[in-house]
Amino acid sequence: MSDKNYTTGTFSGGIHPDYDGKDLSCNSVIRIAPLYEKYEVALQQNIGKAPKLIVAVGDEVKKGQKIAEADGFVSVPLHSPTSGVVEAITQIPGPMGVPVNAVVIKSDMKDEWGELPEVLDWRETDAATLKARIADAGIVGMGGAAFPSAVKLSPPPEKKITALVINGAECEPYLTADHRLMLEAPERVLTGAAIMGKILGVENIYIGVELNKRDAIDMLLAHAEKYNIKIVGLKVQYPQGAEKQLIYAVTDRKVPAGGLPMDAGVVVQNTATCAAVADAVIEGKPLIDRVTTITGEAVKNPSNWRLKIGTPIREAIKLAGGTTDDVRKVILGGPMMGFAQKSLDVTIQKNSSGILIFPEKKITQYQSSACIRCGRCLQGCPMKLNPALLGRLIENEKFDLALKNNVMDCMECGSCAFICPAHRPLVQHMRRAKAEIRNMKK
Amino acid sequence: MMCNILSQIDTSLLVAVVLMALIGLLLGLIIGIVAKLFKVETDPRIELVTSLLPNANCGGCGRAGCADFAKAVVAGEVAPNQCPASSQETVSAIAKALGIEASTSFKKVAVVLCGGDKNQTKNWTLYNGVSDCRSAMLIAGGPKACSYGCLGMASCVRACPFGAIEIINGLAIVHSEKCVGCGKCVATCPRKLIKLVPAGSKVHVYCNNPEKGPAKKKYCNVPCLGCRKCDKNAPGKFKFEGFHAIVDYEAAEQPTLQDLDTIKCPTNCLLSAQEHLAIEENNPDHLEKSSANAESK
Amino acid sequence: MSEETTQLILPKHEDLVVSSSPHIQVKDSVSAIMLKVVAAMIPAMAAGIYYFGISALWVILLCSIFCVGAEILWCLIAKKNVWATIRDCSALVTGILLALNLSASTPWWVCLIGAFLAIWLGKQIFGGIGYNPFNPALVARVGLLIALPGLMTTWVPTRQMVNDIRTTACAEEMQISSQFISNDDAKIIAAEDSKIDAVTCATPLGVVSTTPKNSELFSIANNFKAIDNCKANKEYFLGNIGGCLGETSSLALLIGGILLLCWRLINWRIPVFFIGTVFVITGAINYFYPGVTPSPIFHVVTGGLMLGAFFMATDMVTSPMTNSGAIVFAIGCGIITSAIRIWGNYPEGVSFSILFMNALVPFIDKFCTRRVFGAVKTAKKA
Repeated sequence: MSDKNYTTGTFSGGIHPDYDGKDLSCNSVIRIAPLYEKYEVALQQNIGKAPKLIVAVGDEVKKGQKIAEADGFVSVPLHSPTSGVVEAITQIPGPMGVPVNAVVIKSDMKDEWGELPEVLDWRETDAATLKARIADAGIVGMGGAAFPSAVKLSPPPEKKITALVINGAECEPYLTADHRLMLEAPERVLTGAAIMGKILGVENIYIGVELNKRDAIDMLLAHAEKYNIKIVGLKVQYPQGAEKQLIYAVTDRKVPAGGLPMDAGVVVQNTATCAAVADAVIEGKPLIDRVTTITGEAVKNPSNWRLKIGTPIREAIKLAGGTTDDVRKVILGGPMMGFAQKSLDVTIQKNSSGILIFPEKKITQYQSSACIRCGRCLQGCPMKLNPALLGRLIENEKFDLALKNNVMDCMECGSCAFICPAHRPLVQHMRRAKAEIRNMKK
Repeated sequence: MMCNILSQIDTSLLVAVVLMALIGLLLGLIIGIVAKLFKVETDPRIELVTSLLPNANCGGCGRAGCADFAKAVVAGEVAPNQCPASSQETVSAIAKALGIEASTSFKKVAVVLCGGDKNQTKNWTLYNGVSDCRSAMLIAGGPKACSYGCLGMASCVRACPFGAIEIINGLAIVHSEKCVGCGKCVATCPRKLIKLVPAGSKVHVYCNNPEKGPAKKKYCNVPCLGCRKCDKNAPGKFKFEGFHAIVDYEAAEQPTLQDLDTIKCPTNCLLSAQEHLAIEENNPDHLEKSSANAESK
Repeated sequence: MSEETTQLILPKHEDLVVSSSPHIQVKDSVSAIMLKVVAAMIPAMAAGIYYFGISALWVILLCSIFCVGAEILWCLIAKKNVWATIRDCSALVTGILLALNLSASTPWWVCLIGAFLAIWLGKQIFGGIGYNPFNPALVARVGLLIALPGLMTTWVPTRQMVNDIRTTACAEEMQISSQFISNDDAKIIAAEDSKIDAVTCATPLGVVSTTPKNSELFSIANNFKAIDNCKANKEYFLGNIGGCLGETSSLALLIGGILLLCWRLINWRIPVFFIGTVFVITGAINYFYPGVTPSPIFHVVTGGLMLGAFFMATDMVTSPMTNSGAIVFAIGCGIITSAIRIWGNYPEGVSFSILFMNALVPFIDKFCTRRVFGAVKTAKKA
C-alpha cells in the first residue's frame, strides 16, 4: 500500500450493496474485439441534435471516416468504425426499446484507416484548436449521459470554471471498464485530463477514484505528478460518481438544485472520455470504439473488451463465451441505472459502459407491497428527496404535487428502489412523473 | 309530578342542558341571519340544467365539471350539445328548459383499435414493473411484441369516469353502450390506440400498426395485412395509413354489417364491435379466469 | 475449447425480463423487518413470563393468535389475498405488542376484543399495513382502557413479590411490596396455600396519582420517599413490580431497544428525545416542587415509558420519516406524557401521548421536510 498521498471525500446518503460484482471482471485485461462483418451504427448517440448523414447507401468508407457531421452546436459527428461499404440506412432496435435510425456498414475485413487529421502536440497547441479537435472526433460523455464533450468544455464566459473533476469513481456495481482503463492506460487518462484542463484554463484538476480500486489509484499516483493532477480517494458508496455528488465529494462545492456543474465552477468528465480525448489529440483518432465490460452471473467469461461502436450486443455476448442457460435479463449499462434490453440487435453506443447479464436467481421480482414508511429511501436518496412520498403521489397521478416535491431533481440513481424493503418500483414511478411533467410543460 | 322529576335531576345537569339548548338556538339564529343578509342570487336555471346533465364531471366538454358547463350553457356561451356525455334526449330536454333551439348532437364512442389479446399477440419479453401502460412504455417500450398494440395494463380503464372500458384477456375493450365519448381514454393511451368514432359506425379495423404485413404476421395472428380486400369490396369506405386500413369515419357512408360479410377479411381484423367483444368474452382463457379473478378481487 | 464455442448459448428474447432499473435489490423485506422486531421483543416477553409466570405466556400467545386470526378473518371478508396480507408478519408484531400492554391476569375474551380492535379498527379499516395513522396495538390498549377501565387497571403482583411477602417475617424488610399490596391482600398471600388470583397490586405511577398533592405538600421532599428511592428504583428497573406484563422490566426493554437500534430498525432520535424530554420536564418539576412528582429516574423506569419510547412511538408507519420530524414527534410525546403523569387524572400518559402525536404525523411530515441537495435558500427552483 502506498503512502496516503491523496485526500479522500464522500457525500451524504447513498447505498452500498453487499456484493458489488466487480470481482467477476476486474482482473480481465482489456482485449480488442475481433473484426465483425457488419456494424450497425446508431445515428444519434449524443444528447442534443442528431448529426446529419453525409454518406449514402453503396458508398465506400474507411475506418475513422466521417459518416455524419454535427448539426448545430449541441451535436457531434459520427465516424465509421471500420472500412467497408454502407449497406443500408435503416432502423434498428434502440437501447431504450424504441427503434432508432442507423447506418449499416458492411466490413471489408481490412479495417483500413482513412485519412486522419494531423497529430498535435497538446502542450504547444492553443485551446481553440484542441477544442475543435475534440468536437471533430465526435467525443461525448462516455459515462452515461453522452453529452458532447466539446460543449461541456465551452462554458459561457460569465461562468468562471475553476476546477476540472475527472470521474473515475465507477460506482456502478459490476462494471470495471473504467477501472481497467485507469490501470492499463493511466497516461492516456491523465493526458486527456490535462488537455481538457488546458482548454478550460484551470489549475485544479482532480481525479476521483473509489477506494475499492487502490491499484488504479496507485497507478495514477505514479504518473500524476507530471501532469499536476490531484487524486482523490472516494468512499465506496453508490452513487459516488453522480455528477453533483462527485463534485461535492471532491471539491466540497454544492451544485445548486436544478443547476449544472458549471454553476459551481466545475466541469466533470469521465475517465473513458479523457482517454478518447488523448487519442483524438495525440493520435488524431476519432471516437470509434470504447471499453465495455461484459459481465454478470450468467456470462460464461466475464471480461472487458474494446468494442467498436455499432457492434450488436449479440456479438459482444459471444465474445464473452455466451451465457449460461438460465439467463433471464440483459442490461445495457450497470445494474443500478442500466436499461433492460428486449433485443440482442441493439448495438454498442458511445456511452455503453457495460453489458450485464443476469441469471434467474438474480432477477428481483417486484412483489411490491405498501410503503411502511420506514424512511430508508430518505436516508438513501443522495439528492435528499422524499421518494416514499413521491411514490405515493405518483401512484395517484398527482404530478403537480410531485413537481412541488422536487421530483425533477431526481436523477434516477435507483438508491431508493434498491433499498426499499417493500420492493416498491420507485424509479419507474419517478421516470413516469418526469416524463409526464416534461409533456405538460411542452 | 313535574317538580318531583326535576328534583331528582341534578341541577348541574339541568344547567348543561339548558345552556346547550341556548347555544344551539343562538347559533341557529346567526346562521339564519347570515343566510338572509348575504344571499347570493343564483340563476335557478343553472341548477335545473345541472340536474339534467349526467353529473359525472368527466370534463369531456373542456370545463371544470357539469355545474360549470351548466353555467356556460345558461349564459349562452356554449350549446347544450357540447356535452359529449349527453344523449340526444338530454340535449333536447335542456334546450326545451332554456327555450333555445336544440341542435343535434353527434354521439361519439371510443373504440380500441387493436385485436391482439394475450393469445393473438405474444409478448416479446416478460415485464416486471408497475402495471400501468404509461409506466410500462418507459421500460424498453413495453413488453408487447407489437410496438403499436394494446398493452392491456388498464391505464384507460382507470381514466374512464363511466366504467365503460374493461380489460379482457390482456386487451382493452370499450363497452359502447356505457361509453359517452368524453375522450379521457384517448388522451391517456400511450400508444394512441383509442379513437372517438361516430356511434353509428358499427365496423372497425382492429389494427393500428403501420408496419408491412409480413412483419406484423411474425408476432400477431390478427393484424391488418393491408391487402385492400375491404377497399375493393366496399369502395370509398376505407382509407389507408401506412400499411393498414382504417375505416374512413368522415365518409358519408360507413361500412355496414353486410359489407363485413362480402369483404371476408382474411385475418379477422375487420370486425363489428359486437363480434369483437363476443370473441374476447367467449375466449376460453377469459372464461376460466373470470371466475378466478372475481374471487381474488 | 472448441466444444465450448459450439455450445455457445445466447439469451432468447422470450426468456428475457424487462424491468425498470435498479436491477439489483437489497435482500430485505417487510416480513424480515417485522420478524426482527419480534426478536427484539423477546427479552421483554421473557421478563414478563419470568415475573408474572405462565399466565403471561398465555396472554402473549392468545393475543398473537387472535391478531393473526383477526387479520385472516378480515381478508376473507374483504376478499383480499390472505397469504399476501399475513406474510408480512405485522399482525404478529401487533399481537405481541398488545400483549405486552396488558396485565398478565387479562382474561381471554379481553385479548380477543383487543385483537379485533387492533387489527380491524386500528389497521385494516384504513387499508392495511402502511396506511394506518395510529399504532394498532395502542388503539386496542386505549380502546380497552376506556371500555373496561376496571379490568385494565387491575394488576397482579410479580412472583417475586409474592415470595417476598411469604418469606419475610419482618414487616420492615418488605418495604417495597408493602407499598403496592394492601394489607388484606398481603394476608391472603401470606396464607401459604391460598389462591392468589384475587390479589391485586398497585403500580408505582398509580400510587403517585393517589398520593395527596395539595399546595401545602408541594415542597415536601419526602412525599414519595416510600416508593421513590434507590432500592425501589432498582426493582422497577429490573421489572419486579406490578403493571403490564411487558412494560415493567426496563432492563429487558432496553436490551430490545438496543437490538432495534443495532439493526437500524428505529430512529434513535425518537427514544432518546422522548425519554429525554420526560426526564427533563419531570426533573425540573421535581427539583422545584419535590412534593408534586417523584424524581425523573422514577419516571423513566416506571410505567410504559420504555416500552412506548422503544417499541410503540418508533413504529415506522405511524412516526415521521424525516429526522427533524422524529425529534418534533418525540418531544411532543414526552411533553404530553409528562403533563398527563404530573397533572392528569390518569396515572399513565404514554399511550395517549403517542396516539395524539400519531394524529399529528401528517402535519409534522408536511412541515419537517428536508432541503434538496444543493437547494439555494432564496431562489427555490421549481
